[in-house]
This record gives sequence, C-alpha cells and structure tokens, in this order.
Amino acid sequence: MSKRWFASLFVMVLTLGSATAQSGTELRFCLWSEPKTFNPLLVQDDSSETVRYLTGGVLVRLNRQTQQLEPELATAWKTSRDGRTITFALRQNVKFSDGTAFSAEDVAHTIQQMMDPNLHSPTGDSFRSGEGKVETKVLWADKIAILFPAPIAGLDKLFDQVAIMSAKSPKKERAVLGPYYVAEYKAGSHLNLERNPNYWKHDSSGHQLPYIDSVRLDIQQNRDIEILRLLRGEIHLVNSLNAEYFDKVIAEKPALVHDAGPSMDSEQIWFNQVASAPLPAYKKAWFGSTNFRRAISESINREDLSRVVFRGHARPATGPVSPGNQFWFNTRLQPHPFDQKAAMKRLEQDGFRVQNGALRDKDGNAVEFSVVTNAGNRYRERMATMIQQDLAGIGIKLHVVTLDFPSLIERIARTFNYEACLLGAVNIGLDPSEQMNIWLSSAENHQWNPGQKAPETAWEAEIDRLMRAQASELNEKKRKEYFDRVQEIAWEQEPFIYLVNRNALSAISTSVQNAHPVVLRPQVFWNIDRLSLGSEVAQK
Amino acid sequence: MKWVRRAAIIFLLAVALACVFAERLAPADYAHQFRDIPDAPASAAHWLGTDDLGRDRFSRVLHGTRISLLLAPAAALIASFLAAVVGGTAGFVGGALERAVMSGTDLFLSLPWFFLLITVRALMPLNVSPITSVIITFALLGCLGWAAAARVVCADARSLKNSDFALQARASGSSGYRLLRHHLLPNLRPVLYAQFWISIPVFILTEANLGILGLGVSEPLPSWGSLLRELEGYSSVTSNAWQFAPLLLFISVVSCFHLVVLDRELPA
Amino acid sequence: MAKHVAIILVTVLLGGLLGATLIRFAPGYGVDEQELDARLSAGSIEALRRASAPDENLFLFYGHYLKRMVHGDLGTSRTLQRPIAQLLRERLPDTMKSVGLGALLGWALGLALAIPVAMSRAWLVDALASVMAGILLCIPVAVLALLFVLTRAPARLVIALIVFPKVFRYARNLLVRSAALPHVLTARAKGLSHAGVFVWHVLPLAGAQLLALAGVSVSLAFGASIPVEVVCDLPGIGQLAWKAALGRDLYLLINLTMMVAVVTLAANSASDLLGGAFGRSEA
Repeated sequence: MSKRWFASLFVMVLTLGSATAQSGTELRFCLWSEPKTFNPLLVQDDSSETVRYLTGGVLVRLNRQTQQLEPELATAWKTSRDGRTITFALRQNVKFSDGTAFSAEDVAHTIQQMMDPNLHSPTGDSFRSGEGKVETKVLWADKIAILFPAPIAGLDKLFDQVAIMSAKSPKKERAVLGPYYVAEYKAGSHLNLERNPNYWKHDSSGHQLPYIDSVRLDIQQNRDIEILRLLRGEIHLVNSLNAEYFDKVIAEKPALVHDAGPSMDSEQIWFNQVASAPLPAYKKAWFGSTNFRRAISESINREDLSRVVFRGHARPATGPVSPGNQFWFNTRLQPHPFDQKAAMKRLEQDGFRVQNGALRDKDGNAVEFSVVTNAGNRYRERMATMIQQDLAGIGIKLHVVTLDFPSLIERIARTFNYEACLLGAVNIGLDPSEQMNIWLSSAENHQWNPGQKAPETAWEAEIDRLMRAQASELNEKKRKEYFDRVQEIAWEQEPFIYLVNRNALSAISTSVQNAHPVVLRPQVFWNIDRLSLGSEVAQK
Repeated sequence: MKWVRRAAIIFLLAVALACVFAERLAPADYAHQFRDIPDAPASAAHWLGTDDLGRDRFSRVLHGTRISLLLAPAAALIASFLAAVVGGTAGFVGGALERAVMSGTDLFLSLPWFFLLITVRALMPLNVSPITSVIITFALLGCLGWAAAARVVCADARSLKNSDFALQARASGSSGYRLLRHHLLPNLRPVLYAQFWISIPVFILTEANLGILGLGVSEPLPSWGSLLRELEGYSSVTSNAWQFAPLLLFISVVSCFHLVVLDRELPA
Repeated sequence: MAKHVAIILVTVLLGGLLGATLIRFAPGYGVDEQELDARLSAGSIEALRRASAPDENLFLFYGHYLKRMVHGDLGTSRTLQRPIAQLLRERLPDTMKSVGLGALLGWALGLALAIPVAMSRAWLVDALASVMAGILLCIPVAVLALLFVLTRAPARLVIALIVFPKVFRYARNLLVRSAALPHVLTARAKGLSHAGVFVWHVLPLAGAQLLALAGVSVSLAFGASIPVEVVCDLPGIGQLAWKAALGRDLYLLINLTMMVAVVTLAANSASDLLGGAFGRSEA
C-alpha cells in the first residue's frame, strides 16, 4: 500500500512539473495483458506490439498522422519496376542499444529470420507472395537489396512492422534500435523501459531523442482500475478508450480526452454461407441470397447503433475501409440507409411475405435465426439487442447468443454450426494487401465461407480477380481503382454487413506535451520519441 | 417485533402480486427500446427511468422479478434436496460409504464445472427460446450447487445419529425409518434451511454470470441477475441513482424473506 | 492416517483425469484466438492449430503428464508461454494470503454474530445480522469488488465478505438448534451462565458440523478468489484459473484442478478428523 502511495506521490510531483524532480522523467501507462513475446518477429498481441513499437527500430515508418511513409534507419529506398526487389540505403553510424554497430548484415539477418517458414512469423506472413525463397543481397555495409519470389504491392509500407534485430549482439532481440529498451520485466506486474542511449534520432536543435527518460508499462487487465488511475493522475495516458469511459473522463477532466474520429476498426455481422454447414437447406438459401442480406442490412438502424450504443462516438460504416483511411476509402460509397420499406420490397422479390406479424419465406418457414457474438463485450451485446428490435420491425425473430471466445471461434471457423455472427475487425495497416486473407475465397479468414476450392459465386470470383490484380499492380492509382471496385462489390453483395466504425478515443494527461492523438495505432504514443513531460524540454 | 414481520409479509405479497400482474402493471413492453431516451432518470412515463438501451426499467424489474423469484427457489430446492439425500445418507449409514461419498463430494467441489456448462451450451440449439434457456440454467445450478452443503449435512447427520436422543429413541425400539422420519430429518432442517436461503440469492447472481457462456437469460428477457449486471463496472454505473433500484428491490425481498422465516426455519 | 492420505491421493488423481476430460471435450478446446488474425498465412494458421491441440489420446496424455509430474515437471502453460511451476510459485503465496485472510475474517465475523444470536435469542440482533448477511449475499461480487477498488480498500477483504454470510447462516442455524435442545435448556434453567452453556453444552453439539463447515469454507474462499482477483486485478491463482479457462490451457487447468482438489480434500479431511474427535469426546 505504501509503495502505491509513494508511486502516486511521485507521479504527482512529476505532473506538477516540479523543477526539483531530478530522478528523470517517466511516462506511465497500462498494458491490458502480459506481452506474449519480446521477439519482434513473433508479435501478434497488442501488448507485444506496444513493446515492439517503443523499442524496435524500423527501416521506414508510416507517419500515423500524415499516413505517409518516412525514412528511419533507411535514408532512401526504391522498389524495382517488377515489384519484386526493394533496395534500402541505410543510415550510417547507428548503434544498437548495447553498443553493437548496425549494418546491412543486421537487416539481412532479420529478413532471413522473418521469412524462415518454421518460425511462422505473423510479420513475415504479410511478405509471403509466392512460392520460393526470399533473397537478401548486402551491396555495401549501408546498402541492401531484398528480392522476393513474386511482386508484392505496397511492399515498402510493410517494413513499418519489421523491427531490425542484431545479427551479432549476444543480447539478441534485447539489443534494439528504437527509442527505448526493456530494462526490467516483472511478469504479471510491469515493464520498465529505459531510453536507448544510442538512439540515433535528434531533434532540430541537435538534442538526442527521446525526451522522456523512461516508460513504465503496468500490466493492468481491469479497465476500470486503469481509468481510475488516470483520473487520479497515476498514469499519463490511455491509448484507447471506449465510449462510456470517454464520457466518464470528460465529466471529471474534460481536458484529458480526445476523439480523433472514425478509427480503422469496424463492427460487422455476417451470415454463414458455408455449403457444408449443419443448417437446414431453406436457411442456407436465405443466407445465400443477396436480396436477403441487403434487406437485413437496410433494416438495421446504424444511426441508432452509433448514437445509443456508442453514445455518438461511432459512425455508420460503409464497407471494409474506414473513412479514417485517407487514401483507400472509396468516397463514392455511402452507408446503407435505414429503410425497412425498401427491405420488404427486396424480400418480396425472393418470395418472402409477412403473415400475422411474422416474416415467412416462400415455403412458409418463419424467418428466425440466431446471431452469436463474444460474451463480455457489452457493445456487441447491445448492438445485437438493438438489431433484434430492428429486425422485429420486418417480422424477423432474432435470437442473441453470447459465447466465450474459444467456443465462438470453434463454431465460426471449425464446425460452422452457427447462423449469423457479430464481430469486429481490427485493421492495423492501411494497405488493402493486408486484407487479402479476408477477401480471397480460398482464404481461411474469408469468414462467411472460408477455404473455397474454387469461388462459389460470380461476385466472389470477381473479388478474387480484383484482389490479385491490385496485389501485383505497382501503380497506386490503378490499385486504388481495383480496390474501389472490391469495396463496391462488397457494398452490393454484403457478405459482411458493416455496422459502425468506432471512433478512436483516447485520454492523455495535460502534462504530456506534443501529443497529437490519431486514428492509427498506437493512437497516442505514435510519436513517442517526441513526447515530453511538463517543462522538461525547456530544462534540457 | 410482530409489526416488522407483518410489514415484511405485506411487502412480499405486494411484490408477488406485482409479478403476477406484471403484464397489466408494466407501463411498457419490457423489450421495447425508447431509443431517444437511453439512461433516462425517473419520470412519470418511466417510473424507474430507462436502461442503457432506453428500455423501461420498471417494466423490466417486474418481469425480471417474476423469472428470478420463480426459478431461483426452485433451483435452491433441487440443491437442498440433493444435499439432503447425499449428505444425509452418507452420514446415517456411515463407514466406508460415508468416506466414499464424501471423497466424491470433495472431488465434485474441485472440478472445473465451467467446462460442463460450456458443453451443455454446445449441446443446446442456438435458437433455443430465452425462457427455455433460463430454465435449463437454473436446473443446472440446482444440480451443481449441493456439494458444500452435503458435507455439512453429512457431519450433522453423523452427530445426530450418535446423539443422546437418537440413542434413546433407538433403545425404546424405534425402527430405522421411524428414527429417520421423526427424529433425524426434522433436526437436519436447520442446515438445509441455511442451504436453501443462501442458494437463492447466490443462484440469482450466478445466473447472470453464466451469460458469458451463452447460458442464462438471453436478450431481451430480463432477470434480476441481468438487471444487476448494469452495476458491474465503473463505466456503466452512471450518476443516475435509479440504476440501483433493482439491487434495492433484490435486497429488500431477500431481507424480508429472512425476517419472515427467522424462527420458523428451526425445529419446534 | 495412511488411509486418509491414500484416499486423498486417489481422489486427486481422479480429479485431474476428470478435469482433463471435461476440458478436452468441451467446445473451444484447441482453438486459438489468433486464428482470426487476417495477417496470418494458411501455413501459420495450420501451425497454430497443431500447437494448440496436441492430437493425443486423453489417457495417454494424462499418463505422460503424470510421468513428467513425478519428475517435478508440471509442464508449460500454452497461453502464457511459461513453466507452470514458476507461475504457481509466483502466484500461490498471494492467493493463499487472500484466501486464508478472507476465510479467517469471514469466520470471525460470522461467529461473532452467530454466537450472540444463538445464545441470547434477541430478535432484533438476529434480524439485523440476518439482514446484513442477506444484503451481502445479494450484492454481486463484481460490484463489491468495484466498491473496494473505488475506496482503495484492500481488495482481498472482499473474500471475507463473501464467506461471512454463508458461515453466519449455517452457524446461526446450527447453534440456535443446539441451544434449543432440552438438556441445554435444562442447564440454562439451572443457572449456568451464557458462556458456560455455550462452551459446555452448545459447542460440543454443533462442533463437528461447524468444523465440516470450516472445511467447506476453504473451497468457498478459493472459489471466491476467482471473481475477486479478476475484478481487482490481483495476480493470483484465481486470475490464473480464469485466464486458463478462457484460453483452454489444458496443462495449467489440470494442475489447478489437482491443486484445488488437494486443498479441498486436505481441509475437509482435517475437519473430519477433528470432528471425529469431537464426536468421540461427546459420546
């Protein structure tokens, strides 16, 4: 208890910007779970991703604010015309946190490790374009070419995720090139990151970055406690808030919260269209019908979902790309309007009719189905309940079933014993190539009907073609045309009925300077090396 | 102190009547969402305000009370009965049977039943109606909630069997059944009553937690458990004090029950 | 004594096997959340599936597991990627402390209220104590824990508040009944003091049952530690159990099941042995 008291006092002293604080500045925030790995190539969960972002040095970095690529360890780069080779010119006189020199060898080592098929690196998976080996050619100590077996669209942007590891350092992945290194890790409790003394970046006045001396990451699973600690000034920021916490914080300390607008994440419903699913044939016929899916979509009041469930901190969604994605969003598309009359017309085209208040198909089967969602997510539970009432408006009986995540995944990915599912999609990157595994009909994450041997519908075949075309096209404008068309087909066919895009909400202490929360992850600390605390910059 | 008890009885009767006539009394359909006024405070139209989706809280409380007050005691009865049968038999017979049964009970207490519940959910069709789902849930709770009580009942039965009055009764020629019926069972009552009264609120709350497994009361049907889930979490507790009305009612009903039965639950 | 130990051992082993069976055949076993990650290639998803569901006969698996356990290897947690022995070492002391403290405080409070109620039969005291216990039974654990978090009270005390009403309810009923038995009433009529009546007549009658209750309340407190630790973010066994259950972490769950079985059986056996002594001394 006394320790916590002391800690809060310590933070209080910091936040007051006291000039007597000689012990260095410390930024504090919470991780929601234990980081599963410190190997940057194996990162998959959010906590490990945070650690990688804070510690890893990358060749190029996607500026989270401008959504443009910027040089980091690579001063220049060039993709060959066939899209298979990328050449990087590397920054000189850069050292890892342990003092080992950085060279093209390290990049080659990292790439080779990453592409090792036995490692199953999620980062490496986005680089897998075709059969064959990836080659690395060290041209000089500061120049390297990487050759891929097949062209990869948006290749340079993928390197934003690749933290370079040392080929020589005995510390292996603990030797880093980013602004901080992991100095202490106490499982179940916290991580301490100290500033990397060898970090290469300097500000315009020549002062070495980062400004903040250390970052303490407390492992805190309970969001309530996290928010309380924020309000008490024990932590500096919360990277991602939900709508209720946002309102809670705004009521007490309005200066802390930021709403950066629609995030990349979406919430959607889809119907099970798997041919072998253990469902009655008439239900498969409903779910396979474009008219039926469109009718359901038009019967859902997305404005209400945004307003009631997300308290206005969400926007009706249009499709797989959020309007927050400046380049790739198809501006010609609008969210499906709430129009139950139009929905009824579509249903009548398929022979549905309303009898005694209940919708029946042409064979007289009452339209009744269940939607599964993951338990414990109140937003999804509430959305499902609102959709339940919306659909009752056209005579459909919807059952809401909440399941724990493993049971849910088993149903939607193994046994296909479900009718409809409500889940969210998290998009980490901006590039459509990252959605390949969702849109290709042969992919495992083609949720509504995964792993098809050959596309089962004409529109899925068309999406396959367009996705492949955009992946092998290097001209961004052409790629955008292809992917715009994918978005249009998705809008017309609605294999996913997109509901809302949640806004990117965050909170940040007023003592943290230079913070510009954005929609891309990591929303608040994307410019970690330029954040400062109190009057710290002036002092130095 | 009679007036306290009388007041408690009147309150319970009023609650019971309100449940019976829930449809007539409820100012709105318990499932209807007044989407323009979510989280509204109490008003003439909505006596207890509305919940996060704008549903009339008073109507939901009425219907929720009916479900929980009907099913939780039923489940508690099952659990107490099982505890009596298992614990009582083991205690009266004693010896190897007692040891085996009690080891079994201990085993039962330590198994991860979470997974059985998940399996049950998987065996049920997804389109099961909310009311069937809630009945199955309470039946399961009744079947799983006996073990701790069985241990106490067993110890009780054992010591009763060896107690002076049981020995006396046996000496005066009471047969096994007579002994059980007239001397031992009545004396087991206090423990079973304790089990029964504890189980009711515990089951009501557990039902809400089973929502995470897709069991329990599913939307839009309300239950006390699901109404109380509103209070779980700093974010969902608003400054709107009407949120606490279901909890208050829950506490009042359980307290009144306790007051009414305070003396009756003991052998005369 | 040896017999008791043997029974405990067999029951614990059986518990491990039954636990493993329940987990193995429950839906969601061998499923990893990361399968839904759209970045993963088909090969990686396949590897993930293979890693999370060792395709092995359950009995064979259990046999291997026991063999390794005998050699001191409790296996590795799949979800946390760490040796289980290490996880238990880190988390057990904390939970033991909360459970021990919680059970003890709960008992102290429960008995402190039940004894005066039973001895004096004052209606008002009884009513107040019963209502208080009733209120605590009605408040969801999460709400109670949240209240503690908000007021910065030590969260582990919540366990005491969960154990208390149950102890009170049983103890009250047992003691009241014992106090109402004819020979106790006679003793009181003869002018024996409250304390005397309690120690010499009521306690011996209800002692064995109270001890049985004590044994049970250990598993009760263990059960309560799960929601309390999850809500209050205490890194203990309860939180570990919850994570393991959600992640279908077979090895970890078997270890936890066996551990809970050991604790439950040990507590109950101890109470049986002591209760037996009570019974004999009374006879």
